[in-house]
Formats: sequence, C-alpha cells, structure tokens
Amino acid sequence: MGKLYSFKRSLWVFHASGGSCNGCDIEIIATLTPRYDAERFGIKLVGSPRHADVLLVTGAIPRDFADKLRRIYDQMSDPKAVVVVGNCGTSGGLFYDSYNLVGPIDEIIPVDVYVPGCPPRPEAIIDGVVKAWLKIEKLEKQLEGGE
Amino acid sequence: MTPNILAYAFAFPVLGIFLGLVYKGIDRRVSARLTSRIGPPIRQPFWDVGKLLLKETVVPENAISWLFNAMPLIALASSMTLLLYIPFGVLKAPLEGYGDLIVVLYLLTLQSLAMAIGGFASGSPFSSVGAQREMVLMMSYEMPLATVIVGFALIYRSFSLTTIASTPVWSIVGPIAGLGVIMLFIALLIVTPAELAKLPFDIAEAETEIAEGMLAEYSGRNLALFYLSDAVRGFAMAALEVVLFIPFTLSSIFNLNLTGASLYTVEALWFLFKVLVVYLLAVTLVRTSFARFRIEQASRIFWVYVNIIALVGLALVWMGV
Ligand code: SF4
Repeated sequence: MGKLYSFKRSLWVFHASGGSCNGCDIEIIATLTPRYDAERFGIKLVGSPRHADVLLVTGAIPRDFADKLRRIYDQMSDPKAVVVVGNCGTSGGLFYDSYNLVGPIDEIIPVDVYVPGCPPRPEAIIDGVVKAWLKIEKLEKQLEGGE
Repeated sequence: MTPNILAYAFAFPVLGIFLGLVYKGIDRRVSARLTSRIGPPIRQPFWDVGKLLLKETVVPENAISWLFNAMPLIALASSMTLLLYIPFGVLKAPLEGYGDLIVVLYLLTLQSLAMAIGGFASGSPFSSVGAQREMVLMMSYEMPLATVIVGFALIYRSFSLTTIASTPVWSIVGPIAGLGVIMLFIALLIVTPAELAKLPFDIAEAETEIAEGMLAEYSGRNLALFYLSDAVRGFAMAALEVVLFIPFTLSSIFNLNLTGASLYTVEALWFLFKVLVVYLLAVTLVRTSFARFRIEQASRIFWVYVNIIALVGLALVWMGV
C-alpha cells in the first residue's frame, strides 16, 4: 500500500501502433467497451505519451518506425512500463524474418510484459497492463532505496 | 481581514479540491453507468492526482520553461479564488465585498487563458493548435456569458453575488422577465461544457486528433495541477449556476425553523445536492451523449444560436424589469 497504491489503481495507457494489421488495435479498443470496461481499474487511454504510465505497442516494427518508437518511449515521464500486445511484437509473428522488419520490439526498447496472441483477448490485454504496475513498483522501490 | 475570513480562506480551497475531485469521480461513475459500464470508483480522481504527483515532471527542451511551469499554478489559483467568491448555501462567501460578478467573469477567463498560454509556451505543434482552438472557443462563449451577467445586473441593479444569493431571482421578476431568466439559464447551461472544456466542446484538448492539445507536453506535477484546477472549476461553475438560478433554501421551501448548526448542515447538504444535479445535467449527461464538434461548428453554435437565446433573454428581462 502506501504511496504506490495510487499507481496500482491509476494506470494511464498510451497506444503506439507499429506495423500492426489493426487486429490487436481493435482488441485494445474492445477493452474499453461495456463488456470489458477497463476504466473500472482506473486504466485510461490517453492521447499524449507525456501523460502515460504504460506504453502499449502493437505489431511488428518496420525499419522506418524504430526510431519513432524510441522517441515515444523517451518522451514518457518516469516511471514507465512497456507492454507488447500481440505475436507480431513479441516475436515477429506471421511476419517473422521479413526483410523490412527490425526484429521484435524488445530489441528496440525495453519491454516489461508480453501479451501473446493473434490477436490476444481483451482480458489478456487488461491483465498485461495491470501486471505492468509490478515493474513500476519495483522502480519506485529502487528509487526509494537509493535515496 | 478578520481571522475568521482567513480561516475560511484556508479551509475553502482544501474543501474545494476535495469536493471537486469527488464530483469528478461521481461524474465519471455516472457517465460509465449511462453507457452501461460499471465505471471507476468514486475515489478514482484522488488516485489519479496521487499518481501524477509521484511522476517525473518533464519540461520540453524548446518550451519557455518559466511560463510553462507558471501556468498550471495560475490556473489552479484562479479556480480556487473563483470558489472564494461563491456563497456556499447560507454561508457567506469568504471574499464577499472584495469583488463581484465581473471578477467572477475574469477569473473564469483567466483559467482558460492560463491553459492556452501554457499550450503556446510548450513549443509543441499539437499544443499550439490546441491553444489556438481554445482562444477561438473562448471568444465565442464569452459573449453569451457576459450577456447572462448583464441580465443579472439589470434585475438587481448590482453586480454583488451576495445580493443575488440573498433574494431568489424568481421572487423579484415578473412573468416576462421570468421567461427571460429561463432563457439566460439555458444559455449558461450550454456555455458550461465549453467553459469547462468538456465534450462536446473539448475541441482544444481533443486527445484523438491533436494528442490532448494544450496539455500535450504537460506531465507529472504540472499535469496534476491542471487536473485539480479542472476539478475545482467544474464544481465552482455548477455552484455559480446554483447561486444564480436555483437559490431556494430548504428551510424556505418547507418553512423549517432550523437554527445554528442544524441549519448550516441541512443547507450545506441541500446546496451540495443542487450543485450535483446541475453538474450531472450540464456536464455528465451532455458529455456522454454528444460527440465532439469541430471548432467552426462550436463557434457558430455560440455566436449564432446561444447568442440569440441569451440576447432574447436579456431583452425580455429588460422589458420585464
Ligand atoms: S499479432 Fe496478429 S492481430 Fe496482432 S497485429 Fe500481428 S497479425 Fe495483427
């Protein structure tokens, strides 16, 4: 509990779509619908990476998008976590070994949670975002310990 | 300034922040229920602020940093000051006698202005677009807002909020002027979502098109301050509408003979209830049922339609008084 509790209950998510086929992105939007209602847990989609605690990345990353993804990651304010949604981002998925991809996302930015599936179920995505706070808590503990 | 006023002046902002956040929580909950979702707990805004305060505060490299950092403070300060001018049920406003409706008008503008300046100072194209939209929107809704205030000045021959709160407007106007007052009320209700930057008039903060617009570059503590000022202003705006248009006290309706603490408790709860009803009607219901307007549509709505409603209302009031 304590100070970190508000982190657990209020994760703001920014969604960056790489070379996704839009399947994963639609499932992310599905988490906000009445059936899944991610807002119950304080999860909210925000429009600017500066506001976000969690970066959701979907799709395999084409050559052109790699440095943009790195910049989005840098623009987020600490503490932050990255969740990869879908097989494409985790391993390349059906585009594995393609000549215009720059490998899975964890070779570009540090990834904390992988949500596999093509596309994953909305429940799995919510679970992934909620797991991301574990990493944020760890970071906070380190910061407090370092002081 | 007596010690009493100072005590008020410190208690009110704390109370204002608390109530503003609670109302924001209720707003989110009700909005979720209206779309058949369960929605976040009412404490959610407190967690949001707590989290934002824990986060790193980034100042972009090409921002004008002193302006960028000063604007959230000014926004929060202006909404807090606004709250100090509003008579709270039967309680007198802490700053009573130090200003009137004109000051309220300025304070309402100052908060939007602070956000726009903050947007220009952040040096991001998204924020600049958002700030420009905010300025256009401000120019559009300022006219109906001023018309409402002029209407009240006509009725009471005074700009003082305490005078207005002490005598209900409905008891001193005739049928024609009463119709005018109803039209002014409608105009003010339509201005409310624009003033508070809520859907369908949150054009300046459109998260899907321009990455949260004016707030795009704000993070951490600065964003928390804007969040708080937004919450306080939502409460203050609804409270202002209650003071102007629904000033009936519970004891005058039921002829209760309450005195002392019980009077204050009952009236305070009644006041909060009235504010909640206005808040839910003017903000929550509207923001759940409408999609965002484009900026030129919003401009036209305020300059043409709302202005016509407000001016006809003003003319009726003028004929009736
Ligand atoms: S994982 Fe599947 S659904 Fe998701 S982006 Fe890749 S191909 Fe599309």
